[in-house]
Amino acid sequence: MTVLLLLPLLLPCALPALARRALDRLTPAVALWAVAGCAVLLAGCSVLALGVSVLTGLLKLPLFAALGELVLPLRTASAVFVVPAAAASAGALAVCGWALVRSARHQTRAFRAARAEARGATAAGDVCVVDSPRADAYALPGRPHRVVVTTAMLRTLDGPEREALFAHERAHLQGGHHYFLAAAELAAHCHPALRAVRGTIRLAAERAADEAAAASVGDRRTTARAVARAALAAQAARSARPGVAPGAAGGPVPQRVQALLAAPRAPRAGRAIATLLVACTALSCIASATAAADVHHRVEVAQGDENP
Amino acid sequence: MTDAKDERRPAGELEASVLAALWAAGTSQTPGQVQLSLGRHLARTTVTTILSRLHDKGVVDRRREGRGYAYFPVRDVPDTHGLTARRMHSELDRDSDRETVLARFVAQLSPDDERILRGLLEPGDR
Repeated sequence: MTVLLLLPLLLPCALPALARRALDRLTPAVALWAVAGCAVLLAGCSVLALGVSVLTGLLKLPLFAALGELVLPLRTASAVFVVPAAAASAGALAVCGWALVRSARHQTRAFRAARAEARGATAAGDVCVVDSPRADAYALPGRPHRVVVTTAMLRTLDGPEREALFAHERAHLQGGHHYFLAAAELAAHCHPALRAVRGTIRLAAERAADEAAAASVGDRRTTARAVARAALAAQAARSARPGVAPGAAGGPVPQRVQALLAAPRAPRAGRAIATLLVACTALSCIASATAAADVHHRVEVAQGDENP
Repeated sequence: MTDAKDERRPAGELEASVLAALWAAGTSQTPGQVQLSLGRHLARTTVTTILSRLHDKGVVDRRREGRGYAYFPVRDVPDTHGLTARRMHSELDRDSDRETVLARFVAQLSPDDERILRGLLEPGDR
């Protein structure tokens, strides 16, 4: 049973590497679905495993055993092991919960600020133009969906590049990418290993929108140039440089530009990586569900409702 | 990309493109100039129609120029926009992982990213 509880906690550690490969080999839209789905399921399983561990530990304590109407002692591994594990799990759950609440507050505040900004802007069709010297553009989900863009960004790009930008943001909105981003955020706070996956999901969403924009504009090179020039302009307007260490392939923006400049690839060996993702997630789901069912059965036995 | 395909796009998208072209230009534009700076191929009559529709909505203003009109975007009270934008950026800048639910067009660059990007852009594009 301990193994069953450990599996859902350990399996998320495999996801970052699998997710990067999935984005490499699958089409961006498929990778987005697959990786975000796996991340949410793995996050859910790890939270369930922590919950089961806490419950087991609590029922070992006489007070909670009485509350749970246990007539027999709960049959588990030694209490020396179960109780500290339960305490650690409770701590981990508390940290997750706190991080989730904090993140939800941040996101809501950012979202409200963005909506307020869009309300004060001039709008035509689905685009809001904000008169600002900072180059910026983003998709603002809501009713109706809006593409928000600053005047500085519009001046940076030429006509076809502006169309690429609009097509990119519209693809985000039509694809409901904000749900995927929210799922990535949720998963990142449920398990530390899933934090690294958040970046991959974001990149997958951007790549999917880039491909949609390239298809809509009909020119990959124009789309690549739009992304590159927009990023350089946005960077010029920022005062502080981020302190992140870049990877060998560069950050997400250079990767997107390189992918657009390259010919669209036929997905290769995608089936293997997809199978691995599904297997990893299924294993985690089965392990946590079995552990939960097992604890449930033991509690029933301890309550005298079932025979061991 | 054909003319027919562009003419068939939803009216809202065409209006957005025309307004974007006006803001990008920075000075007042005749329908002919807007037509040239658009990233799509629209008939000049279409551009004129869209511009007068935007004018009816109060999003752009116009003045006589020669036989036609030159159009320019309406700025509201100049300061309110700047203020909202600045407030928003200060709100978002506080978070390191700010671009989570709002899908931003471009993420922050590291100095290395900048170098790679400049290398990827052709000399004429920079």
